[in-house]
Amino acid sequence: MSLQVISIILGSLTIASALMVILSKHPVRSVIYLVVTFFFITSMYIMMNAQFLAIVNMIVYAGAIMVLFLFVLMLLNLNKEVEPVTNRGAQISALIAGGSLFLVLISALKETLILGQNYRTQDSSIGLVKELGNLLFSKYIVAFEITSILFIAAMVGAILLAKREKQIIE
Amino acid sequence: MQAANSIGTSLDFFLFVAFALFTIGAIGAMTRKNMIVLLMCIELMLNAVNLLLVTFSTYYGSGDAQIFVFFTMVVAAAEATVGLSIIIMAYRNLKSIDIDMFNQLKN
Repeated sequence: MSLQVISIILGSLTIASALMVILSKHPVRSVIYLVVTFFFITSMYIMMNAQFLAIVNMIVYAGAIMVLFLFVLMLLNLNKEVEPVTNRGAQISALIAGGSLFLVLISALKETLILGQNYRTQDSSIGLVKELGNLLFSKYIVAFEITSILFIAAMVGAILLAKREKQIIE
Repeated sequence: MQAANSIGTSLDFFLFVAFALFTIGAIGAMTRKNMIVLLMCIELMLNAVNLLLVTFSTYYGSGDAQIFVFFTMVVAAAEATVGLSIIIMAYRNLKSIDIDMFNQLKN
């Protein structure tokens, strides 16, 4: 079945590009590989018919947040500096800790009853814009409105933090 | 209850990918010292959780989890904005984005 092959290829490419995010030495390359990872995650959302989240993931994550990261990286102008490196012992211990976390997660998955079932058991129209819009503006309307306060607070905080302090003193 | 499915289209395949992404993000957050790469690893972990939520939302046929993913993206955008401005401020004061240089809030 071709869907199987497509999903296995997409999953391995996702993991490979996520590995390249933490393995590449240059931060700009890390950002580019993170954008690639978000593209593959978006393709998984499309496979699960979550169309609204696929579009939002593409626009907000790969479009806006990653451009913000790139912009800050170019603004800081880190080309001349040497990238800070961790020592070997900390790397190995982090690898062991992460590997045991992965083992715990996988062994918790093995005990469940969901193993080997198809991911699409219900009707697949829940990810459409109409259904999610109905939910968002009826059941979760309060949380949606509070989100705007959060954004205003984040915007004011970001401007205040990034402003130069000499201008305030004058 | 459905019959046992093949590996590519089964639920646990997507869970495996989400777990792997989360682990990679955690290892990156523990090993890298660049503050911006650290923030990117946090974004990777957030995306792994989003993938998990969307998988279970598709499996159970409920749209609530996808609304939660939407709110996670909103919070991630706000977090990235504030975190990057903190990094800019730290770079302006310390001339470095090494996370070990930023071990005290008081100068």
